[in-house]
Amino acid sequence: MIMPVESVFPRLEALLPHVQKPIQYVGGELNSTVKDWDSADVRWALMYPDAYEVGLPNQGVMILYEVLNEREGVLAERTYSVWPDLEALMREHGVPQFTVDAHRPVKAFDVFGVSFSTELGYTNLLTALDLSGIPLEARDRGLDDPIVVAGGHAAFNPEPIADFLDCVVVGDGEQAVLEITDVVRAWKAEGRPGGREEALLRLARTGGVYVPRFYDVEYLPDGRISRVVPNTPGVPWRVSKHTVMDLDEWPYPKQPLVPLAETVHERMSVEIFRGCTRGCRFCQAGMITRPVRERSITGIGDMVEKGLNATGFEEVGLLSLSSADHSEIGDIAKGLADRYEEDKIGLSLPSTRVDAFNIDLANELTRNGRRSGLTFAPEGGSERIRKVINKMVSEEDLIRTVATAYGNGWRQVKLYFMCGLPTETDEDVLQIAEMAKRVIQKGREVSGRSDIRCTVSIGGFVPKPHTPFQWAPQLGAEETDARLEKLRDAIREDKKYGRSIGFRYHDGKPGIVEGLLSRGDRRLGQVVRAVYEDGGRFDGWREHFSFERWMRCADKALADEIVDVDWYTTRERTYEEVLPWDHLDSGLDKDWLWEDWQDSLEEVEVEDCRWTPCFDCGVCPAMQTEIQVGPTGKKLLPLTVVNG
Amino acid sequence: MQRIRLRYTKRGRLRFTSHRDFQRAFERALRRAEVPMAYSAGFTPHPKVSYANAAPTGVGSEAEYLEIALTAHRDPLTLRALLDESLPPGLDVLEAVEVHTSGFADQLQASVWQVRLDGVPREEADVAVEKFLAQEHVEVRRMTKNGERAFDARGAVVALETVDGQVADAVTGGAEGTPDRSGAGACAILRLVVRHLTPAVRPDDVLSGLRAAADLAPPVPAAVTRLAQGPLDEVTGTVTDPFGPDRDAATAVPSTTAGLSAAAGVPPARGGTQAGTA
Repeated sequence: MIMPVESVFPRLEALLPHVQKPIQYVGGELNSTVKDWDSADVRWALMYPDAYEVGLPNQGVMILYEVLNEREGVLAERTYSVWPDLEALMREHGVPQFTVDAHRPVKAFDVFGVSFSTELGYTNLLTALDLSGIPLEARDRGLDDPIVVAGGHAAFNPEPIADFLDCVVVGDGEQAVLEITDVVRAWKAEGRPGGREEALLRLARTGGVYVPRFYDVEYLPDGRISRVVPNTPGVPWRVSKHTVMDLDEWPYPKQPLVPLAETVHERMSVEIFRGCTRGCRFCQAGMITRPVRERSITGIGDMVEKGLNATGFEEVGLLSLSSADHSEIGDIAKGLADRYEEDKIGLSLPSTRVDAFNIDLANELTRNGRRSGLTFAPEGGSERIRKVINKMVSEEDLIRTVATAYGNGWRQVKLYFMCGLPTETDEDVLQIAEMAKRVIQKGREVSGRSDIRCTVSIGGFVPKPHTPFQWAPQLGAEETDARLEKLRDAIREDKKYGRSIGFRYHDGKPGIVEGLLSRGDRRLGQVVRAVYEDGGRFDGWREHFSFERWMRCADKALADEIVDVDWYTTRERTYEEVLPWDHLDSGLDKDWLWEDWQDSLEEVEVEDCRWTPCFDCGVCPAMQTEIQVGPTGKKLLPLTVVNG
Repeated sequence: MQRIRLRYTKRGRLRFTSHRDFQRAFERALRRAEVPMAYSAGFTPHPKVSYANAAPTGVGSEAEYLEIALTAHRDPLTLRALLDESLPPGLDVLEAVEVHTSGFADQLQASVWQVRLDGVPREEADVAVEKFLAQEHVEVRRMTKNGERAFDARGAVVALETVDGQVADAVTGGAEGTPDRSGAGACAILRLVVRHLTPAVRPDDVLSGLRAAADLAPPVPAAVTRLAQGPLDEVTGTVTDPFGPDRDAATAVPSTTAGLSAAAGVPPARGGTQAGTA
């Protein structure tokens, strides 16, 4: 079947006057790229499966978009989830899922790459496939359908959506997309020998691409997995994650996209390092992105300079999993604040640890005009539970830090916590109230004011694959909610401090669905599909999420199975159990994870390997990588003024 | 402090830009173009930009206006070119004049709109226009933030006529979007002059009025473009150039501002010259 590749814009345009925020569908962002269709022999459609306002600022998609488009003969365009108002009109008028760059139909591309930050984007994948006219199930696809590839953190356990994917890439995407491109290019140049199957086989044999169809999952009578086994010669038993070394070699995005539409992050973001070895046991991001690889201070300075010139943004975000941990963060912040003092460019550190924060850093961050609130994440209310999760932050650290902040003019501190952590009791959670009260007490004391505030923000803990908590039972939604209500009451009832403490929480229900999908296996494919067919969309959005729908569809779809939602969520796993993601190699030694889980139960902490000897998590030797940290000793010099 | 007024467009697909979207895009363009902007005082300083009377989202425009304040003198011609370069194609900066007169908002008394009605034969539109104009009041309803309200859509309409398709194309130059949309089939094009009143009467409201007065019901959404806005000549019923007074002032006796610009090395007469229309 030959499909003419024409812009769908004329047909889309007629629908736009009837939808909310039409600007999100028209493209034309500053720094976007439209290449001639015929100039490329491998064409990628990249998707972030959420609304444009969330998807556009996503760094992963932006990086891959540039990396691919920089290549000769390769073309990449972007697509995002359309809101239900436009979806209904597109179905009515036969307009397919389109890219925002040149409004080409997604089905016309060679590869359809989807980046999953969260499991709650799964139903949106199905919407996009269906709107594209691509069969939902991978096995029903033909030679001319795009190869559907998933990546992103949630792809470290892609099993619940394995039926809908052709391939999965785990880990850093920069080099992986180029390797896939080369394989697809060669296969196309040879006249697509062996059809779709052969293309997937070639990808699988690289060892870095997981093709679910080449693996059979066998189950025990009790519902657990007995083994996952390759069914095709030449396919590896385990597929390894990708790790990019030397971030200075990969200064992307060089030209960040600047949308006309309003999005969730309106700033120039620079990833200052990748990976984290603080070892928080709940944190999947920290576990799967090891080892720490810093971008150098000068590399950061160059990216900021070029990026600001290319975008006109008024804020620079220094991104990483724990930005204050960069070995030269003080010099980076001071250097950037000096350089851009005249231009009123603000700096932000989205993730800051209490113990790595100091007031010099804070002052640099706010020097150029903006002083927003400070946010810290102690995660657990009691010293005991913080030992369990290995969040090594003492209450003294926290009180000392907030005292400095309130003493230096801050009026507002936000604290993040989790509820439902392993071994947690009501008492652990109620300690959060005590901590908040002490924060206010100290704040009033040092600032001499009574109008200071502290906001407690708390959500339910979801155990994630490739973490020491992958064996842990998740707390049920009702128990989570009951515990949160007790905490809320403890805060509200306090006469002296209660009015100065804000309390924001998320109920436990979305966490159960996230937990179901996080640690799910291929049997959940039918659940995801049933939810989609029942109208499930945008599950990360409170106004669209329906717990009732998920539970109803799960009950029905799993009726003939021995397993149910509780089995996936609130059940504790044992050492022997084959986990659905064991054949995806994040580098972490499973025995080390188990020992860390046992240490957790005994409240034993683990240090950070950047500052102490290696504790054998397994990643560096397995992936042939190493820690890359400074200091380089270099400084950011003032920029030479070139002014016309 | 130097003030400069600009005329800009919202063309093609970028007519779906909301006013808020445009504001952010424009402020970033100011940064990229390194315009020496004056900032408001306060905790979060903002560049001083005043916007006048923005067209609704989805409506194309050849005549949007704003005013900026600068801390250092700039040649309006150069500034226009720089800003035009910094904004995406479709948001085009067409003209720039140095400010010599106050009360710019008062200059914008009326707008000229063009409304393309695909699928409507011109004769049918002619009949509807005649019926509409024959009435003194045409009550229409519109949803506002405070619920549905009724108001007169006739009183604000100074002129309303149908025009020839080729004339219309020559004027909007693609501002309505995809050219092939207008290609086939019947298509009526309305040209109207509407006074800026409170509550504002928008082209939509006039279309509601045509429906109320003559049952005119276009099968597809109308493509609306603002062609001009400015002072209304009550005698001829035409809209004139809102930059006229600034141009006149620049060529007349130098005012204080003009004197400043002369001191900065820019001849006042040039400062007020129209910067080439696209």
